[in-house]
Amino acid sequence: MSQTNPQQIEYNLKVVRQFTVMTIVWGIIGMALGVWIAAQLIWPELNFDTPWLTYSRLRPLHTNAVIFAFGTSALMGTSFYIVQKTCRTKLFSDKLASFVFWSWQTIIVLAVITLPMGLTSSKEYAELEWPIDILIALSWIAYVIVFFGTLVKRNTSHIYVANWFYGAFIIVIAVLHIVNSMAMPVSFTKSYSVYAGAVDAMVQWWYGHNAVGFLLTAGFLGMMYYFVPKQAERPVYSYRLSVVHFWALIGLYIWAGPHHLHYTALPDWTQSLGMVMSVILFVPSWGGMINGIMTLSGAWHKLKTDPILRFLIVSLSFYGMSTFEGPMMSIKSVNALSHYTDWTIGHVHSGALGWVAMITIGAMYYLIPRLWGQTQIHSVRWINIHFWLHTIGVVLYIVALWISGVMQGLMWRAVNADDGTLTYSFVESVSESYPFWFIRFVGGLFIVAGMILMAVNAYRTIKAGKPTTETIDVAPREAAAQSA
Amino acid sequence: MDYITWRSLYTVLVFVLFICIGLWAYSKGRKKRFDEAANSIFEEDEQRNNKQGNTKQESKNNE
Ligand code: HEM
Ligand SMILES: [Fe+2]
Repeated sequence: MSQTNPQQIEYNLKVVRQFTVMTIVWGIIGMALGVWIAAQLIWPELNFDTPWLTYSRLRPLHTNAVIFAFGTSALMGTSFYIVQKTCRTKLFSDKLASFVFWSWQTIIVLAVITLPMGLTSSKEYAELEWPIDILIALSWIAYVIVFFGTLVKRNTSHIYVANWFYGAFIIVIAVLHIVNSMAMPVSFTKSYSVYAGAVDAMVQWWYGHNAVGFLLTAGFLGMMYYFVPKQAERPVYSYRLSVVHFWALIGLYIWAGPHHLHYTALPDWTQSLGMVMSVILFVPSWGGMINGIMTLSGAWHKLKTDPILRFLIVSLSFYGMSTFEGPMMSIKSVNALSHYTDWTIGHVHSGALGWVAMITIGAMYYLIPRLWGQTQIHSVRWINIHFWLHTIGVVLYIVALWISGVMQGLMWRAVNADDGTLTYSFVESVSESYPFWFIRFVGGLFIVAGMILMAVNAYRTIKAGKPTTETIDVAPREAAAQSA
Repeated sequence: MDYITWRSLYTVLVFVLFICIGLWAYSKGRKKRFDEAANSIFEEDEQRNNKQGNTKQESKNNE
């Protein structure tokens, strides 16, 4: 012990614990909803002739639940953990952090109520109506204040790279949400976007694409830059590359949105520009992936024994796969085949279930014992089983939808040589898709089974432990600055 | 300045800035600081291990 009896600061791990638990809960709910709508595509009776339970209302509920409930709870929790640890200070404000947690959960509950009621702005990934949008903005501003406030009062000179990615994610989502949600309310539950026509489409996909780029990508890259080195017990492969990676990624992502609007009313030059920028986007994406995976170089054997590391590293290979596929699908002639087909859905889920979910699951397994005063998770063997359930599920999902997607694209464009009529009716392509939709449904069952196993594992670990209190010594000079 | 000129200059400016960031990141002088930054996330473990044989919380949780 030092003589000066250094001042101690206690980390706020409570809010991290809250988000960790809710990440698992929403993960199960959101993914189970996905399995349900996958089943509805095969057995339409599963809507039980109830408007609340129709595909059209449950689908946006599924996407909101996995992106904003599961994914965003994970991002909020891990960002609060990492920013405290890497800045050696506690959160800017415990009250405000608690507000972020409770307001965010309230928003999700409101989504669970309003979307099945059919209340929607009809903008994809931004379906929630204006009163909820305002609540989202308030919650997010509180998040901005807590995160950046903590960065400002840090006790370190350097801001670790993970925080840069989280910071970009937090700022950009605030901007995207506020601009895209601009609407004229006509009643408490109905509003109309202030944008019209092609501008509306462009704003929507500027939002949609950059939500992918900053929430589903940059945020989770922040997670990657902390948990991969920590779990591998070695520093990131190249810190310099991480700096270039950051600026290249945030500089380029913004321009690629038009790849969602090929062959629409959007001006041709905008489409071509979006295509070129998307192809260039491949470079920083793979730079980041290589940086993450190569962190393990010289320690590959750890993959054999450590299922948490396996989750983290395999998530990066799915990230590499979807960021190779994405630029390819952005090429207009390829998009002419893939657009509107299952191929897009396959791509989304190699990103969402492969990259986003796997890195999150790895991070949760890292955090759970540490947050509840344990040295070990209840069962490492179960993590391994979860890994295989999840991997098999994702592979079944994306392979099935690649095949059905290409099949659909080819069937829709087939014409009879003699008179130019369509070879297949639309419904023929639907009936040909059933086997693949069934495989996807089975893949989904594997994934949800894995998530439930994770929940039991987490429950056992939490029950055996008790909430960790973790303090950090700060040098007297810094401590004085702290309380000033 | 009209819109197109301004946008063109802006694009060139951003490109030049990006090149500068690349050169800066890979300059010799930065290497040490970046290595320190990369290792900074492990400092807490060292401190804890130095203090005493504490719970070993942060060490591997795989066998
Ligand atoms: C270099 C990176 C990427 C590029 C260039 C890219 C490109 C594309 C393209 C061309 C589409 C299809 C648009 C259409 O035909 O409708 C698409 C859809 C989509 N991508 Fe990516 N992608 C990338 C990475 C990712 C990642 C990592 C995720 C993570 C989850 C992701 C999530 C999505 C989503 C959610 C959609 C569906 C949008 C919709 O609802 O129509 N993408 N992407
Ligand atoms: Fe996109």
